Amino acid sequence: MSANAAIELKNISKYFGGNAANKNVNLTINRGEILSILGENGSGKTTLMNMIAGIYFPDEGQIFIDGKEAVIHSPKDAFRYKIGMIHQHFKLVDVFSATENIILGLSEKGRFDLKEAAQRVKEISDRYGFEIDPMKKIHEMSVSEKQTVEIIKVLYRGADILILDEPTAVLTPQETRKLFSVLRKMREDGKSIVIITHKLHEVLSLSDKVAVLRKGEYIGTVKTSETDEGQLTEMMVGKKVSLNIDRSEPKNCEERLVVRNLNCVDREGVKILNNVSFTAHSGEILGIAGIAGSGQRELLEAIAGLQKVNEGEILYNNPKTGACDNLRDKTPMQIRDLGVRLSFVPEDRLGMGLVGNMDIIDNMMLRSYKKGKSLFLERKGPRDLAEKIIKDLEVVTPDAKTPVRRLSGGNIQKILVGREIAASPTVLMAAYPVRGLDIGASYTIYNLLNKQKEKGVAVVFVGEDLDVLIELCDRIIVIGSGSITGEVDARTATKEEIGLLMTKSADSKGGQAK
Amino acid sequence: MKKMNFHIVKREPMVWYKAVLVRAIAIIASLLVSAVVIMMLTSKNPIQIYSSMISGAFGSSLRIWSLFQNVAILLCIALALTPAFKMKFWNCGGEGQVLVSGLATTAVMMFLGDALPYPVLIIVMLAASVLAGIIWAVIPAIFKAKWNTNETLFTLMMNYVAIQLVAFFLKYFVKSGSGILTPMPEHGLPVLFGQSYLLNIIIVAVFTVLVYVYLKKTKHGYEISVVGESENTAKYIGINVPKVVIRTLVVSGALCGIAGLLLVGGTNHTISTTTVDGRGFTAIMVSWLAKFNPIYMVMTSFLIVFLQKGAGQVSTDFRLPSAISDIVTGIILFFIIGCEFFLQYKILSTKNRKEND
Repeated sequence: MSANAAIELKNISKYFGGNAANKNVNLTINRGEILSILGENGSGKTTLMNMIAGIYFPDEGQIFIDGKEAVIHSPKDAFRYKIGMIHQHFKLVDVFSATENIILGLSEKGRFDLKEAAQRVKEISDRYGFEIDPMKKIHEMSVSEKQTVEIIKVLYRGADILILDEPTAVLTPQETRKLFSVLRKMREDGKSIVIITHKLHEVLSLSDKVAVLRKGEYIGTVKTSETDEGQLTEMMVGKKVSLNIDRSEPKNCEERLVVRNLNCVDREGVKILNNVSFTAHSGEILGIAGIAGSGQRELLEAIAGLQKVNEGEILYNNPKTGACDNLRDKTPMQIRDLGVRLSFVPEDRLGMGLVGNMDIIDNMMLRSYKKGKSLFLERKGPRDLAEKIIKDLEVVTPDAKTPVRRLSGGNIQKILVGREIAASPTVLMAAYPVRGLDIGASYTIYNLLNKQKEKGVAVVFVGEDLDVLIELCDRIIVIGSGSITGEVDARTATKEEIGLLMTKSADSKGGQAK
Repeated sequence: MKKMNFHIVKREPMVWYKAVLVRAIAIIASLLVSAVVIMMLTSKNPIQIYSSMISGAFGSSLRIWSLFQNVAILLCIALALTPAFKMKFWNCGGEGQVLVSGLATTAVMMFLGDALPYPVLIIVMLAASVLAGIIWAVIPAIFKAKWNTNETLFTLMMNYVAIQLVAFFLKYFVKSGSGILTPMPEHGLPVLFGQSYLLNIIIVAVFTVLVYVYLKKTKHGYEISVVGESENTAKYIGINVPKVVIRTLVVSGALCGIAGLLLVGGTNHTISTTTVDGRGFTAIMVSWLAKFNPIYMVMTSFLIVFLQKGAGQVSTDFRLPSAISDIVTGIILFFIIGCEFFLQYKILSTKNRKEND
């Protein structure tokens, strides 16, 4: 492994408006090395890499490639320097095959020969151990196959330096392991790999070095072999953070919410939920694991009265009256009128849970404005609630009259979760409640969910980070392609076990995904 | 490295007096630019032109009354459209809704004017006018709520239907064949203190406050804001979106009905296809410029009517083609709308930034 510098960044700064996304960043990427860029959301990781890939142009500073100053104005320039970036959101044409997507936009001399191109794609994938059918259409592919196409696309263009933006966010543990082994093979081939991530255990298992960014500033680079989670977290957050979730034993478990044989179809008539049955108990956290888009969202929305149900029932056992109500085909208003205290933290915070342009007080009012017979709004209660949530959850905001869209992601989520908890629910559903949040805010949310559980609330938690699901939940059900593929005890389950369940139903459908 | 010389940056919200200052500068700048344009095109003294504008708007008590009457009507239509706009329902049918209400008022005046006692007549006029406005506004709303049709096109087309209805009415019922219906002031709204426009102005002033309260302080107003900002959020908290859409357009149409009543019953006492005269569209601008705030709309409608009246006077005083006054109006509006950009963004020179940081 030669450790000569492939790319050197010197005093790179980039501003968006008055805010510095990157400030005086110095960074070296060596050949034959895997470098992790670690940082919380909004720390400027992607911006920094986008400047190397030609998406943005630095406002200040210089980029050196192989010791010579380079000016990268566009992704084309970047390819001239043999730099390729795999973005978080894939940029593929659905109706084209893998090979067609890979050669799209290339202007090679000579006649266009799809067969020869497919042959070269095959060579590249054999060399590094990808599994791909060059003629398969993109819309028939799983997420991990699409990612493979993106990686081969940059290799086909001769990239020596590969930048991957959060590559594991959409993968199962098995797929992640496969990706990592491919990346290691590339490293042995002398390529430089940069992965952008905020997941510590990935950093530790894959990379040679870790560069840490915090709020746009470069904190430092450490060798992976000489560091641990604690030190990296401290570099990332700027202070010591305890990474423990206190999980208590479930108490007074009663069947609170019973879902039986739930079936839903989407607008095109495609089945999105297939015979889903489960029970959520009071006093426990039920986790729902699964690849993104496997029907988690529809499931929660069906329970909340936002998604049309074709078959099945949703039964709620009212702890006050002892009655058992079927919530199916009821609107959110009707569910509330039944006395069901169901709180829901949706995935789309500003598009569904909150109104971005309204201030915190008016957002508090979303849940309570209807109360009373008066024609006029009552703002005193919501104002008090807003002040209380700002104080209790340490929301950083100028005042309660600030539009929520101006707040940071973590503070927005505190307001949403705070409001939903303030309704003293008996069932609390939360979809990806820590997505995009920094570590401190994430742990605040976990603690809030734990407190609700201890109060006897039935908590339903849809998550993507399996480590967190295993640490936080009591039971985990796994959903794959709209069906429940298994249930595990979170105290004994392993990530691999859950990962297998996540892809199970896709495999049973004629092995299309693999 | 190559650098751009300037770039545009979003700024923090301005303190109010600065915002007022920026707007004042914009108006002064617009007057200066118009002056240059006027001198270049007509070689007239711009000071004279401006003074003629002012005299056109405020020159006599008749002109002042007429100014405020026009402000009242424009403001009333803008107030009517605003609840729909706040809901992001692009009601471009103010023209038709007002015209149809005016037609209903005319019909009542014509056919029942002599048959009913005066107070009953006024009540029937009000009911007919409001009902007509509601029907015209609610048809597109129902189609939008049930089948998600495009409300912009639908309301626009309803305007043409309204115009043709009036044309048909005039052709059929005006016996002289001239197509001009003789005004019927004896069946119009009552005249207060001898000022024929005073009642209109008072009614619109009351509605300005009512609409403000409706939008800001009531549950209905809150629901309108939520539906307008995010339909998903509205569904999530259990708002019945189609119901709110239809209800809001009932309010919007009813207010258009009031505008039609004031226009025909309180002002013209007759109708023609051009009675509304584009104010259904100008009102859209009034509402937008005021950011849907009814109190600010008093100012924006005043500004627009003042410009129109003043520009009209300039054309007659100096025997200039009316295009010149349109140009001046355009320049002034351009500056006023354009300055909003500077209230939200600032332009920084790239070179200076290093020192700033």
